[in-house]
Amino acid sequence: MTDTAIAVRDLRKSYGSVEAVRGVSFEVARGEVFGLLGPNGAGKTTTVEILEGHRRRSGGVVRVLGHDPERAEPELRRRLGIVLQGGGFYPRVRVREAVAHFAAMYPSPRDPSETISLVGLEGKEEAFARELSGGQRRRLDLALALVGDPELVFLDEPTTGFDPAARRTAWTAMRSLRELGKTVLLTTHYLEEAQALADRVAIVKDGVLVAQGAPGELGAGRDRYRVSYRSNGSRAEHETDDPTTLLHRLTAEALARGERLEGLEVNRPTLEDVYLELTAEEPVR
Amino acid sequence: MSGALLAWRQFRFERRLFWRNPSAAFFNFMLPLAFLLLVASVFARGDREQLDVLVPGIAGMAVMSTTFTALAFNITFLREQGILKRMRGTPVPAGSYLGGLLASSVMNAAVQVLLVVAIGHWVYGLPWPREPLALAAFTALGVLVFGALGVAFSHAIPNFDSAPAYVNAVFLPAIFISGVFYSASALPGPLEALAAVLPLKHVIDGLAGAIVTGQGPLELPTATLTLLAWAAAGLALAAWSFRWE
Ligand SMILES: Nc1ncnc2c1ncn2[C@@H]1O[C@H](COP(=O)(O)OP(=O)(O)O)[C@@H](O)[C@H]1O
Ligand SMILES: [Mg+2]
Repeated sequence: MTDTAIAVRDLRKSYGSVEAVRGVSFEVARGEVFGLLGPNGAGKTTTVEILEGHRRRSGGVVRVLGHDPERAEPELRRRLGIVLQGGGFYPRVRVREAVAHFAAMYPSPRDPSETISLVGLEGKEEAFARELSGGQRRRLDLALALVGDPELVFLDEPTTGFDPAARRTAWTAMRSLRELGKTVLLTTHYLEEAQALADRVAIVKDGVLVAQGAPGELGAGRDRYRVSYRSNGSRAEHETDDPTTLLHRLTAEALARGERLEGLEVNRPTLEDVYLELTAEEPVR
Repeated sequence: MSGALLAWRQFRFERRLFWRNPSAAFFNFMLPLAFLLLVASVFARGDREQLDVLVPGIAGMAVMSTTFTALAFNITFLREQGILKRMRGTPVPAGSYLGGLLASSVMNAAVQVLLVVAIGHWVYGLPWPREPLALAAFTALGVLVFGALGVAFSHAIPNFDSAPAYVNAVFLPAIFISGVFYSASALPGPLEALAAVLPLKHVIDGLAGAIVTGQGPLELPTATLTLLAWAAAGLALAAWSFRWE
């Protein structure tokens, strides 16, 4: 057994003339929560559905728990839990019944009641799927993905369309996955979600990975500093990879003019800055 | 876990769900029986000759509605909802999942045929079918043909909302030209010729042979061969066109 749960090398996928994924490579270690972050149409769903075995790749090498997912082996599927981006469900099935039915598909499932509590659906066991709210339906999806006690869980936009409170509740359930030692591949177009849940994030745009690393390092690793201050009633901003020299020059000039640099700030770019910069239609600047 | 056990569980699950959808259960189960009672009581009025046409006719219609209609609806719904795709993400082999799903339709068809025959006997005083094995054989052939065609037809239906229009555009003409309510030979020539190349008339001919005249598949080679050809074409079409999403 290796430490790598997912290995993707030079993955490509075309739909006719549309190249949705254009040479993506990344690895996810066992026990890691990995986030694919990117705007709509970036190629996130295409990538995860290839890893899940739902779509065939056009090129590249993919290993999921040591298997090629395209072969659709039940031995692999027993170890996966999948939350699809837009998965509906039988309207007339009760929560407990659905979770128990799925539990019986796996060799060593989790206890259905415990799984229902894990995702925060206790009290809803006897409700029909169609009576659940959007957020509760998504938690049922999560319960169905977890009840087989998978090693690796795919979550494709698990909270899109949620209000902030529902999102927090869902995050709590997803954080428990890490405590259970699961490997998680999460896609999202919400930056805060990647920051809140992922150990490592890859930013996807137009089918290519434009950056990857820990959420904190993604900003820091770019070695850009932003220096700003108030000048004549507006804010002056400078970007640099050498803040020492810049500050020395700015302060020297200010002193020579007999001014103070009011409201002086030196910032490292946040993940948000990096994300916005990397996914902007035209390069900023 | 064995594939057979998983198929059995899926079958049980589908049975439970079937009865929870009252409108589907009604159209699948009650409509053919309602037609039988209505037409037999109002128009046939116990006339033996007409009942001998009507009972196999309704049985054939029931086979088509429980398999072709039900599966075309069901698979369109399951695909549109993403349920097929969700099932493919589980370790349940495709054969077990689809087997359980199809078996539920087969069960409906078998129960319907038995109910129609039983009503013919107990309510209208017809004798029991003369060739029970032939009855089983032609029901099985009909299930095979219409089950396969239902799965294949779901591929042509763009979304669940338009499913009734698509399905009825096939089902209603088929039952009117195939001799469900009256003998197909009473139809104008071109319609009769059309019915003769479609499968429903042959299912009904086979059921009539088994129930009324005591003929089996070997004595009805036209019906048997036409249905075998449709079964082969239908299965190939179903396998070729089937999509999980
Ligand atoms: N089944 C498909 N057929 C054709 N084009 C598709 C299909 N799925 C996705 N695409 C296209 O591929 C690109 C990436 O889509 P997707 O993987 O769904 O992105 P994301 O999940 O990041 O929003 C988009 O341009 C989308 O329109
Ligand atoms: Mg997507």
